[in-house]
Amino acid sequence: MTTTAEIVSRCQDLFDDLHFTYAREWKAALPGRKVVGFMPFYVPRELIHAAGALPLGVLGGGDQLEVIHGDAYYQSYICRIPRSTVELGVTGRLDFVDGMLFPSICDVIRNLSGMWKVMFPKVKSRYFDVPQNYRDDVGGEFYVNELKELKEMLAEMTGRAVSDEALRASIALYNESRRLTREVYAFRAKQPWKAPSAEVYLLMRAGQTLAVEEHNRLLKEYLAAAAAEDRPKRDNSRVVVTGVFCEQPPLNLIKSIELAGCYIVDDDFMLVNRWEKSDVAVEGDPLKNLAHAYLHNSNNTSAKYEPSEAKKGLYLVEAVKSTGAEGVIFACPSFCDPALLERPMLQHVLAAHNIPYIAFKYAENSGQMQPIREQAGTFADSIKLWSNQ
Amino acid sequence: MSVRPVAEAVKELSMLKQKEMIAGNYELLATAKEKGRKVVSTFVPGNLNELMMCFDVVNNLPEINAIQNAMRKKSGAFIMEAEKRGHSEDVCTYVKADLGSIAKGNLGPDGRPLPDPDLLLLSYTGCFTFMKWFELLREQYKCETAMLHVPYEGDGHASKNMRDYVVKQIKEEVIPKLERVSGVKFDIDRLRQYLKESAKTEQDFVWVLESAKNKPSPIDAYFGGVYYIGPIFTAFRGTPDATEYYRLLRAEIAERVAKKQLPVTPDGEAHEERYRLVVEGPPNWTSFRDFWKMFYEEGAVVVASSYTKVGGIYDQGFRHDPDHPLESLAEYCLGCYTNRNLPARIGLLEKYMTDYEADGLLVNSIKSCNSFSAGQLLMLREIERRTGKPAAFIETDLVDPRYFSPANVKNRLESYFQMIEQKRQGAKAPASAAE
Repeated sequence: MTTTAEIVSRCQDLFDDLHFTYAREWKAALPGRKVVGFMPFYVPRELIHAAGALPLGVLGGGDQLEVIHGDAYYQSYICRIPRSTVELGVTGRLDFVDGMLFPSICDVIRNLSGMWKVMFPKVKSRYFDVPQNYRDDVGGEFYVNELKELKEMLAEMTGRAVSDEALRASIALYNESRRLTREVYAFRAKQPWKAPSAEVYLLMRAGQTLAVEEHNRLLKEYLAAAAAEDRPKRDNSRVVVTGVFCEQPPLNLIKSIELAGCYIVDDDFMLVNRWEKSDVAVEGDPLKNLAHAYLHNSNNTSAKYEPSEAKKGLYLVEAVKSTGAEGVIFACPSFCDPALLERPMLQHVLAAHNIPYIAFKYAENSGQMQPIREQAGTFADSIKLWSNQ
Repeated sequence: MSVRPVAEAVKELSMLKQKEMIAGNYELLATAKEKGRKVVSTFVPGNLNELMMCFDVVNNLPEINAIQNAMRKKSGAFIMEAEKRGHSEDVCTYVKADLGSIAKGNLGPDGRPLPDPDLLLLSYTGCFTFMKWFELLREQYKCETAMLHVPYEGDGHASKNMRDYVVKQIKEEVIPKLERVSGVKFDIDRLRQYLKESAKTEQDFVWVLESAKNKPSPIDAYFGGVYYIGPIFTAFRGTPDATEYYRLLRAEIAERVAKKQLPVTPDGEAHEERYRLVVEGPPNWTSFRDFWKMFYEEGAVVVASSYTKVGGIYDQGFRHDPDHPLESLAEYCLGCYTNRNLPARIGLLEKYMTDYEADGLLVNSIKSCNSFSAGQLLMLREIERRTGKPAAFIETDLVDPRYFSPANVKNRLESYFQMIEQKRQGAKAPASAAE
């Protein structure tokens, strides 16, 4: 049996590779193959897959990429992810990417979609809008038509029309991916000492690069390996980490939180892996099924409008309750409008439910982890000392 | 200083008219509760003023309140109050100025309390922050919210799908909520009437903006422009008052054109037009007059600006259409400046540079407005590349006085004007050499 160390090592290699060798090789393996990059927080990867292309998550450059050109395109008060993404683009690291999708997450990523059109005119770039109205006959209809337009764009790019049958097969594959992802999350919530968050993070991150079939195998292998291995259980506090849905923190930050005495039992890293909360229906009109899942069965994040004041932020309370967490860490990227504007509202909801929380900011290239360790360590201690009083 | 002392400022009829209109709306807001009028808060870009008027509601615009507070030097304390209450220093200062003001009693510019809204009409056009702002206000007021999601023109144009979606939301979401809150039944003929009035206003407004093509320009299309957009972008579009305001304004400017007069500034009439500029980005409001002075003291006149298009790009042909009322509202929402993609924004600025015979582009990058700011450095490069004209970049903020550094801004502007001069000398040199 493959060990967790071997699996994690493979994922770490993919994570470290800012030239995206795997995706390049995947593309080169057969003539006519295409790669479609996408940014957080969500795109319907099933459509890209059904068109025969590889969906590639583009999540910035992390803390290993020296950003030189990217900084020249952004003011100091704009977050890191667009500048390192531009860096990836202008240094040719994404020169094999045929299409780029920029989801509706914030104004910075939205504007980056237009910048990409100007800077890389040969790449098919699209701002991918999602509905903020959740009625099937209003937002749903709009979304189905947006999906149709995306489908046409992909067909034009790949030269391969996307049949309903192919799309249903892709939905089924991604349903399996989501089921396995949920299993990994449930496993970690139950036995977090057996699935350290840095490992789970790398495993999920690998899903942004690998073909879904391959990633599904990896998820299964990890579940089996992690369950089979004994690891020491620590007296850590259990926390949910939130706010990390776009610009990714350095891996060291995730490790630091756990080293400081916190088991991360839920998070919003790479929401796209488990955006839909249960299977997307396979029978019937696949575009309508994708739209229905988005409207009625998807996760919450601050880029999504919450129509009901009474329900605002309850998803976080539910995450705490369902995973047995004892507190919440708001880790938000500096200058991140969605996360930082949302934070006070979520904090009010947590306070009303007597759930303790702390907050800090980071950037993808943050280097100094001592303050994070101290803050998270103090939080873990305070939970142990005071939460049962 | 390159200009003579200017003549004393005289309030023109249009200015008095606008002042009276603004005071009138704040009077309506202050007395709304005692008079049983319902109050609807909404945003400037893509606002549905004509539709709101069909329900006899009073229009409250939090952005305008934040601007009013900034110009009265009150926004800084409000922002700090909001930050004290947990709002990040990184986010939009309009939001924090509004929330801080609410925490401190929410007084209007006339010193009277602004009423709590009965409905938050979220016209989500061209700015992600709007959505969070209204969720924050909803948390505060616990009132009903109508969400109008206006899709972004990612490919540079509005598709049929986008238009249909907006129309459907107006029909299914916005109108029913306005009816319920106001108790007034929707009358489409009433809407047509208001839209007809808007179209008249828009015609005169465009004439005003385009008067800057004259040399010298009779208007400053940025600093003066923010006054000219006031009625049409806010609570007055579709009213006879707005029509009258633009009629007066047009007549005044026509007279200025005939006399070859320069723009009116806070110190009276400017005396020199040395540099014709196109400006991208909103102005700073906390030091508005000092900022403006840095331009007119150097003989710089803004002949076109993108900020005067945030509430609609009328000069490119859009008019509200009484024959297609809801479709026309949808078209309006979709077409506002910050709802257009970067290539479309670059194209518009390039067109202004040519049409208005500008000497250069100045970007005023706003710290807390990512909708405008993200991508502006690329826009600047593209304009320079396409036009061969020099561009410059300054950074300020909307309503946070901590981010307006007068010495830095002035220094950069002076360097920029020198750059334009050098470019001119460079252009003349080959001709002289040939003589």
